[in-house]
Amino acid sequence: MGRLFLIALPFAWLLALFLVPFLIVLKISLSDIALAIPPYTPTLDLSEGWAGIKAFFAELDFENFVFLTTDDLYWKSYLSSLRIAALSTLLTLLVGYPIAYGMANAPDHWRPTLMMLVILPFWTSFLIRVYSWMGILSTEGYLNQILLWLGLITEPLTILNTPVAVYIGIVYTYLPFMILPIYSALERMDGSLLEAAEDLGCSRLSAFWLITVPLSKNGIIAGCFLVFIPVIGEFVIPSLLGGSRTLMIGKVLWEEFFNNRDWPVASAVAVILLLILIVPIVLFQMNEQKQREADQ
Amino acid sequence: MGQTVFEPWNDPEAKPLIQFKNVTKRFGDFTAIDNQTFDIYEREFFALLGPSGCGKTTMMRMLAGFEKPTEGTILLGGQDIAPIPPNKRAVNMMFQSYALFPHLTVWDNIAFGLRRDGKSKEEIAARVEEMLKLTRLTQFARRKPHQISGGQRQRVALARSLAKAPKLLLLDEPMGALDAKLRTATQFELMDIQEKTGTTFVIVTHDQEEAMTVASRVAVMDNGRIIQADTPARIYENPNSVYVADFIGEVTIITGRAYKSGAGYEIHYAEGTAPFYAESETGFGDGETCHLALRPEKVAISAERPEARRNAVQGEIIDIAYLGNLSTYHVKLPTGQMIKAQTANTRRLSRRDFTWEDRVWLSWSDTAAVLLRE
Repeated sequence: MGRLFLIALPFAWLLALFLVPFLIVLKISLSDIALAIPPYTPTLDLSEGWAGIKAFFAELDFENFVFLTTDDLYWKSYLSSLRIAALSTLLTLLVGYPIAYGMANAPDHWRPTLMMLVILPFWTSFLIRVYSWMGILSTEGYLNQILLWLGLITEPLTILNTPVAVYIGIVYTYLPFMILPIYSALERMDGSLLEAAEDLGCSRLSAFWLITVPLSKNGIIAGCFLVFIPVIGEFVIPSLLGGSRTLMIGKVLWEEFFNNRDWPVASAVAVILLLILIVPIVLFQMNEQKQREADQ
Repeated sequence: MGQTVFEPWNDPEAKPLIQFKNVTKRFGDFTAIDNQTFDIYEREFFALLGPSGCGKTTMMRMLAGFEKPTEGTILLGGQDIAPIPPNKRAVNMMFQSYALFPHLTVWDNIAFGLRRDGKSKEEIAARVEEMLKLTRLTQFARRKPHQISGGQRQRVALARSLAKAPKLLLLDEPMGALDAKLRTATQFELMDIQEKTGTTFVIVTHDQEEAMTVASRVAVMDNGRIIQADTPARIYENPNSVYVADFIGEVTIITGRAYKSGAGYEIHYAEGTAPFYAESETGFGDGETCHLALRPEKVAISAERPEARRNAVQGEIIDIAYLGNLSTYHVKLPTGQMIKAQTANTRRLSRRDFTWEDRVWLSWSDTAAVLLRE
């Protein structure tokens, strides 16, 4: 009985905070747009009893999902989001791995400080940090001023409102999610493994590829998913740094909700996004499970 | 029997495999190895024995190539090995933690070094199978290191380090993680494998029993110096210093002054007592301070004074350490000096001859004790 209660508690939590909101969104996605508050129809009216419920379900349809296939904006946005997420995950890995490696190999008394430096940006508002990148990347921004002053360029570079700015913003924002799991994998590694590899004929570089990389594999996978999954739905970074040309589904979602006030279509976009995300989330969970088993 | 005794260190013709020549290793201000010169011969099982921090691990890491000597040279087969990196040396090491690659199977762990040499698939497979057979691991070949027991892991580490047929195998506390029973079995297995492969083994250990069991020669180390390097029997029977006598096994040290008498020396250790008598290889001047090292098992214990022996003293039993097969009696002399005497428990405990506070006679022969200068 006590055990049942223990399991029931997290399930009740999930039910209240995930499943119920999802069902509400799903319901809206099956509704029609209306000039009303809330801006969709039908709404459930229990005063008419059973007939009311029947009428309510009769009015729900998949019209909005069909609509998503008619306008190529939507599938292009989904694809573009996936592409941006994949590329920025790769970039984050390329930047994050050397940092994690450096941290794991730093002297013991330096590690807490380095860890602090990685986590520190979290203590400032995410929005403010993205805004400050606008100040750095704009044509009159600090980056261009420094490059001009150094004489490396003669014309200011246009970075803001291009995909490059989006990648910079994403890599910067999500870097800690990449560094921390890789660092924790590398830090646990026994240093004598590399000595053993060297003793058996490896060069330093081949020891890195044959021992260090495979042993940090789970950290790399975890880090990649932790970046990839939220970046697909990312909205703030593309809308602040990316300008109008950067297509991302999070931005489309926002525009449907707040500019078009088309809640049913926006909800349909959200439901599809969730379906797309389920695949990497399940893969991520499987990786975590495997890691736990390996640790035992 | 016709078997020649293996002792190349006594053969002036024999060429050593490894030569340490005035090797010093410093880490900052700390001197880990202090100007050491010694040789290790081919097919030897050489043990570096000492307390932690004595420099034995540094010695081994210099042989493996992970440390370079600050001064002096190390020769392997007549060649200076200082400029050769660890991955190019014909030396392999078995790590204390085993350092097995957790993401590779037993088979792949053993094949790891062979693959680096760019050998053909067939050659690698044949060698790995041979190693698996040697270490009785054939049935575990497909397992990962975390799926086998500690003893099996130890054998994988051994097989992996032997796979490349090194000229020299280094073993860093190889039995440290095994329980006592498994350790004894493994020691004999290790000797057997060493004999079969004919590889020169250098083992680092702090366990004197282990060193005595496996090694052809034992080097007792302290503070970055080898105090004595000799066969286990000579280390035990003829220690060259109080430190070695005390480090290996149990011993009673009696300090006194030596006076020449006949073939040996009289040792005056306290006012108003008859001196002890000992024959000695080392010479002493009259009245020179000396230390008499007396192994407990060489001291006989009896109720009556034995007639035949010159060395006999009476004392009171203070303590008895019962070890099952042996009992060690701690006997206090009237002068306050404690002497340990050991007897084999050939009879049941209930029929023990002596007990606490009994007055007993201790005696030993003229050649039982060793006379040491320092």
